[in-house]
Amino acid sequence: MKILVCIAKTPDTTSKISFTDGDTRFNEQGVQFIVNPYDEWYALVRGLELKEQLGGNLTVITVGAADCEPIIRKALAIGADDAVRVNSNIEDSLVVAHQIAAYAKGKDFDMILTGKETIDHNGSSVGGMIAELLDLPYIALATKLDMEGSTALMVREVKGGDEVVEVSGPFVLSAAKGMAEQRIPNMRGIMAARTKPLELIEAVPVNSMTKVLNFTLPPAKASCKYVDPENAAELIRLLSEEAKAL
Amino acid sequence: MSIIVFAENSQGKLSRAALESVSYARAIADQRNTQVIVLCAGKLDDDGGAGNAGAHKVLVDSSLPSSDGQAITSAISSVIDSSQGDVVVIAHDHTGKFIAPRLAAKYNTGLATGVTSLPELGADFIVKRNVFSGKAIATVKLEGPVKILSLIPNSYPISNLGSTANVEQVNLFDGKSSVKVREFRSTNTDGHIPLPEAEKVVSAGRGMKGPEHWGMIEELAKELGAATACSRPVADIGWRPHHEHVGQTGIAIRPNLYFAIGISGAIQHLAGVNGSKVIVVINKDPEAPFFKAADYGIVGDAFEVVPKLIEAVKAHNAKH
Repeated sequence: MKILVCIAKTPDTTSKISFTDGDTRFNEQGVQFIVNPYDEWYALVRGLELKEQLGGNLTVITVGAADCEPIIRKALAIGADDAVRVNSNIEDSLVVAHQIAAYAKGKDFDMILTGKETIDHNGSSVGGMIAELLDLPYIALATKLDMEGSTALMVREVKGGDEVVEVSGPFVLSAAKGMAEQRIPNMRGIMAARTKPLELIEAVPVNSMTKVLNFTLPPAKASCKYVDPENAAELIRLLSEEAKAL
Repeated sequence: MSIIVFAENSQGKLSRAALESVSYARAIADQRNTQVIVLCAGKLDDDGGAGNAGAHKVLVDSSLPSSDGQAITSAISSVIDSSQGDVVVIAHDHTGKFIAPRLAAKYNTGLATGVTSLPELGADFIVKRNVFSGKAIATVKLEGPVKILSLIPNSYPISNLGSTANVEQVNLFDGKSSVKVREFRSTNTDGHIPLPEAEKVVSAGRGMKGPEHWGMIEELAKELGAATACSRPVADIGWRPHHEHVGQTGIAIRPNLYFAIGISGAIQHLAGVNGSKVIVVINKDPEAPFFKAADYGIVGDAFEVVPKLIEAVKAHNAKH
């Protein structure tokens, strides 16, 4: 099995969100960065489980600057065999997808796995873009992935339930909760990660077609209207008549 | 010029999220003095409701496999090319999530996923989208030959124009599919409402003290016609099934009404529910952070308050 897992660096889940440079950039001051949880807990761990079950190699790739090194080492510590960093500051999903597709082309990966979205951009795009650029099937929001011989069996979320699908041949998948359980790297993994191969490659020049002009915060909510716990029926009345939510 | 909508077929009618996309597309079409063309796979009853929502024309391809993203992308691009489509709108649900990015890559063009409002159509194509799990809004400029948008469900109202659209049968599928569907498994069992599309949700957390106390949560949900949800800790310890976990690493929902019972309101949980229209918090701790995000709140013991709410909802239902 030759598996490629795409990981992204994101602010950790409790980060305060603020902007700088005239609200054009996320303010990184005091922010801790992590591997995007959907990439790490679901895509990477499931990839490792399949590698452990069926043999093979698992590479992680990220598109980012040198400050991505800690998240790359984390993925290696959890069990990836080797890593690639495409040297680029650009965060546009399509530009990122082009970098990963350019790397993956011709390398015959059996599968390319990503998380369903990043918790900062929420683009939910890179996986689908890579699939289109490489002319591969793309299964999004997959909660299960198993191999039956050379056929991949996946469960994906759809309206009103889920769908079991099969794909023969290479594919791209975005992973959602249910795919695997978070793994904590042990000391041995952390030590081994220091010497696993990390290849640095230059970005291919791609124009960005989507530009962020600025960021704003959503309008502040009006303060909470409290209802006496002895008078629960009043809450229902307010929801019905005032909020029109019933 | 035209605005193309790829619409999900929900048993012969466009899904609610698809109808919202049609109405959103119609608002853009009216500004641009052009038409809305809907492409749908499968078989539709008449126009599936598309005309009433704002479509001028509906193209139905009964052979197009709804789970094959490559086939669907190819079909949409045929429509874009033959109708000079310059904007595509798809719901930001499981359909949009596997199609919209493919289209953007195919045309090497601008993409805004997760929009909740109409674009500005001046010299530049500018639209706002949600980022940081709903904690911020990014204003983006899209370039390229066709602008791709995916619309968050329950963000844009469905129009009621009283009209029907022209329906045309098309055959855009070349017969080659790499994705085979083995089985569809419904979660619409026992009358349970699926969480992702539920308009009302009753959610509970550690304040319930144990899985055996969830009966009143389920009863409140049943009386309200709501789906049930939970916070991450109670899913992790197995009190509730994982698919009920709403939050930053679970699912994000945007119901009209969200009841949070015995949930403190950590940032990660809020990230999954901050798109809700009305949030009601019931917690015995007046300092619970969730109250800062709530529209209505009761500071009290859930075990006393929820039974009273159930009675009040029953009384309300009897009158309406």
